[in-house]
Amino acid sequence: MEQVTLTIDGKEVSVPKGSTVLDASKAAGIGIPTLCHLENVHAIGACRICLVDVGARSLQTACTYPASEGMKVVTNNPRVRSARKTVVELMLSAHRQECTCCPRSLNCELQKVAKILGIQEHRFDGEMPEQILDTSSPSITRDSSKCILCRRCVTVCQQVQGVGALFPVDRGFETAIVPALKNDLIDVACVMCGQCVSVCPVGALYEKDSTDDVWKAIADPTKHVVVQTAPAVRAALGEEFGMPAGTRVTGQMVTALRQMGFDKVFDTDFTADLTILEEGNELLHRVKNGGTLPMITSCSPGWIKYIEHFYPTLLPHLSTCKSPQQMFGALAKTYYAEKAGIKPEDIFVVSIMPCTAKKYECQRTEMSAHPGIPDVDVVLTTRELGKMIREMGMDFANLPKGECDSPLGLSTGAAVIFGATGGVMEAALRTVYEVVTGETLDNVNFTAIRGLEGVKEATVKVGDLDVKVAIASGLSNAKKLMEKIKNGEADYHFIEIMCCPGGCLGGGGQPIPTTNEIRKARMGAIYEEDEHLTIRKSHENPAVLALYAEFLGEPLGHKSHELLHTHYTPRAKYPETDKEEVTTGGE
Amino acid sequence: MPLYRSHILVCTGTTCVLKGCTAVQSALIAEIKRRGLENEVKVVETGCLGISEKGPVMIVYPEGVTYCQLKVSDIPEIVEEHLLKGRTVSRLVYTGPVTGEVKPAHPGRQKEQRIVLKNIGIIDPTSIEEYIAYGGYEVLGKALTQMTPEQVVAEVKTSQLRGRGGAAFPTGIKWELTAQAKGDNKSVICNADEGEPGNFKDRLILEGDPHCVVEAMIIAGYAVGAKTGYLYIRGEYHQSVAHTEKAIADAKAMGLLGKDIFGSGFDYDIKVFKGAGAYVCGEETALIESLEGRRGESMVKPPFPPTQGLWGQPTVINNVETLANIPHIILNGGEWYAGIGTEKSKGTKIFSPCGDVFYPGVYEVPFGITMREVIYELAGGTKSGKPFKAVLVGGPSGACVGAESMDKTFAYEDLAPGAGALIVMDEDKCIVDTVNNCLKFFVHESCGQCIPCREGTKRMYEMTKSWTEGQGEEADLALMQALTSNLALTSRCGLGQVAGTAFATSYKLFPDEYLSHVVGAECPTGKCTMTNGGGKNNG
Repeated sequence: MEQVTLTIDGKEVSVPKGSTVLDASKAAGIGIPTLCHLENVHAIGACRICLVDVGARSLQTACTYPASEGMKVVTNNPRVRSARKTVVELMLSAHRQECTCCPRSLNCELQKVAKILGIQEHRFDGEMPEQILDTSSPSITRDSSKCILCRRCVTVCQQVQGVGALFPVDRGFETAIVPALKNDLIDVACVMCGQCVSVCPVGALYEKDSTDDVWKAIADPTKHVVVQTAPAVRAALGEEFGMPAGTRVTGQMVTALRQMGFDKVFDTDFTADLTILEEGNELLHRVKNGGTLPMITSCSPGWIKYIEHFYPTLLPHLSTCKSPQQMFGALAKTYYAEKAGIKPEDIFVVSIMPCTAKKYECQRTEMSAHPGIPDVDVVLTTRELGKMIREMGMDFANLPKGECDSPLGLSTGAAVIFGATGGVMEAALRTVYEVVTGETLDNVNFTAIRGLEGVKEATVKVGDLDVKVAIASGLSNAKKLMEKIKNGEADYHFIEIMCCPGGCLGGGGQPIPTTNEIRKARMGAIYEEDEHLTIRKSHENPAVLALYAEFLGEPLGHKSHELLHTHYTPRAKYPETDKEEVTTGGE
Repeated sequence: MPLYRSHILVCTGTTCVLKGCTAVQSALIAEIKRRGLENEVKVVETGCLGISEKGPVMIVYPEGVTYCQLKVSDIPEIVEEHLLKGRTVSRLVYTGPVTGEVKPAHPGRQKEQRIVLKNIGIIDPTSIEEYIAYGGYEVLGKALTQMTPEQVVAEVKTSQLRGRGGAAFPTGIKWELTAQAKGDNKSVICNADEGEPGNFKDRLILEGDPHCVVEAMIIAGYAVGAKTGYLYIRGEYHQSVAHTEKAIADAKAMGLLGKDIFGSGFDYDIKVFKGAGAYVCGEETALIESLEGRRGESMVKPPFPPTQGLWGQPTVINNVETLANIPHIILNGGEWYAGIGTEKSKGTKIFSPCGDVFYPGVYEVPFGITMREVIYELAGGTKSGKPFKAVLVGGPSGACVGAESMDKTFAYEDLAPGAGALIVMDEDKCIVDTVNNCLKFFVHESCGQCIPCREGTKRMYEMTKSWTEGQGEEADLALMQALTSNLALTSRCGLGQVAGTAFATSYKLFPDEYLSHVVGAECPTGKCTMTNGGGKNNG
């Protein structure tokens, strides 16, 4: 690749042609503060923090300015320092500074930049922009008074997720980032994935906080409070306590939950295994009986909302299986309630999810086994759990390792890998292969479908059948597969789709920040966890087998249909044209 | 084609319409008919003549007599006296009340050298036949059939023409860069989003001689290898849009646009696009965003449009006035053009003096003319007769220049003219109030993308506003200077970079006036309403 050589602060550095000054400065080991820049996603030079002197009349933003041969860059002179400082002061002059009670306190990029640049006074004060506080969404809260208009959320929503729920409107000082036509978030085609939250540098976007509801339930003696944790949480929760990304903290997490006062600490992994049995059988059923193919996974609520809004005609492709979270909720208030002899209305189900869309999913009216009683009462993100553990004053990293309770806490390695893109597919293949061929898999690791690539494809020989599969994570990647299906170009049998890039490990409820490096580290932890478990196939989970024997009967049976399967709702992009709920289940 | 002994051009530009030209025009047509002159005298609508402040205005040809401030009741007299008896109605002739003398036209006009404005007020802008009769499209034929694109570019380079939108980038180099850039869908964009307050020259050209811009755009397309031209016109310029659309349709009907123009094998089309009223869309990258259907906001440069512009393809963006020079340059040669003006500033420039001047209007003069000549001879000095105080050269984004610069010449090497607006203030005007108004404009027009412009213009405006209300703090002045230089240094596009220019330049000229407002809470002109009662130090 063609290289260019330039000098930064007197240091010579060579970088590939096409690199920016910021890339080059990184290569030279010279730090330039940034704020609106988001590597590989967003570089618009809006915040003007990364200004450098390239010898031009005005200063240039390192994140956008191309590095060129012979160029001389100065990143640190009085002109640059004073310019950056003034820009941050201006930014702060329109930012509601209530740092101590901001959800992003101590993890705020603006705070960090102000500190780095040594801001110690406020020279500019004046009118503040009008505050828009939008609490309409069950998942995401928007507070424009914190917004610095960096537009990362706009880019992520539009380009990474292909949704486009947020836009800048109005001009100048009145500019605000809002849903189309200044609607509330609940009234537009937002999929609630929380990727906007994940990239927000400040406290302008955050999950709807439900920690108080959980504390209240725990303190209520009439409630039997059970908790389930999604597989991706254990691979990231440590980051909330300063542990390096990729640290497995399953045991500490279980102990912490128990100390917080949950009556039972269960595991979403249990119903992940169950999902494989239901979904695997559904796939086989569709293949044998000429059902709608390709069949697409339905674990990810952001993805479900996306297809309902953007590809409603493809809804019959979705598996009718509820997500593992909702299967858990349904079983907690039926199977477990019976077994434990507790009335369903006295059971309070809390989910710890890497996801903000799960907060929405648990409120969908079809998600209740008993009319009027939601199967899952409250969803907390990984971040909210971190907050509660901090409130308890626990030394998280040094907690003894605990184990989940029976029966809804038993699981396999196949369930753990649900947290990574390709994991559901791999888990399904482990089971489908053995169910169809009756043979034991020598190697359960389907490494071809692992990794962070946006769209992955593979053909797997299962007996006589060449099973063609595809996997996408990130909705703009999902869109590519949907277009293929729409155009009749998709000859896959089974497609796994996860709403967030990298799968749930990169979910909108995970610790901030989530970068590609961090995704890789979390993914490493997930596959490590799988390797360390003795049972690695869902159909070998003894608790799941017992569940069928004692309660459900058989996969796709009557009870399964009632409790574990669901239907979907075509949705328009705007509220006024939203249709009534229509059943468009699998076949 | 019927022959007429007289043509009357009635200005139907926006200002004249507001001043009642529609009724005057109807009365004129009716009166001509009543007198049975309809086969001898033709009434033609034209665009702004640059003197609409004295509207309604009309010119009677072949004599070339300009009548102004017309009322319906004046019409019978004009028809009777001028059209029937051949006697000029002196009391209505465009005149200079400084001397009270009756003149055929105001004397300063003699300093003009009209190249771009050659046809304005002479031909019917809605008639392609008249444009052709005045030599129109001949140059296009020459360029397309006798010249290679490289030769056209070379001629423009030789002319040393520079952009007339304010930035003064050499047009020939812009064309050459675009011609040499690779791309199979290049474009030419004519920037007619004239948004800077005080500028109204582009409107005059498009209203009064739209074909010359159309012809220039075709030549530009041929020179750089573009397939499509876009005329991005400020949405409020209704007559510009109407006249331009008609010009394009007529040119198409005659085969001057479309496939295989003049049998040269060159295909070209022009589309008109109406801007939605954002000042920032006059900035070329914001204009392209707007054309592509997005929010009008400036983009990061580089890349520049000549390599990556509309639809990511090489694109030439030229101002209306810049383009209007092109047919003349190709007709007479680049060397002819380079012979006009000064050493580094070639050709003519259109100025639009306004504000406190006697003859606000549009004037085309060669570079090298002094500010004194433009303000005192062309524009007739101050309207009130009171001493001149200052002028914003180019508009709110330009420098504030005082009487000390009166003998400077308008040229890129001396006093850069911006887009040509000259907002003149006499001694009664308050500088602080004026700068406050400029900043209010920028607060409103900032696109809101980059921090220094969005937050900075607001904070600057808040300060100047407090000064006009007698609420200033002494520390404000240092803060204001810090902000002004910060915006110039850090803003993403020209809008923010120049937002503080009026303050910075005027503060140097009138420090005492600022101090009086900020520290003393007094406005020397009495223009500002000091809400705290004023005279902080006295009371």
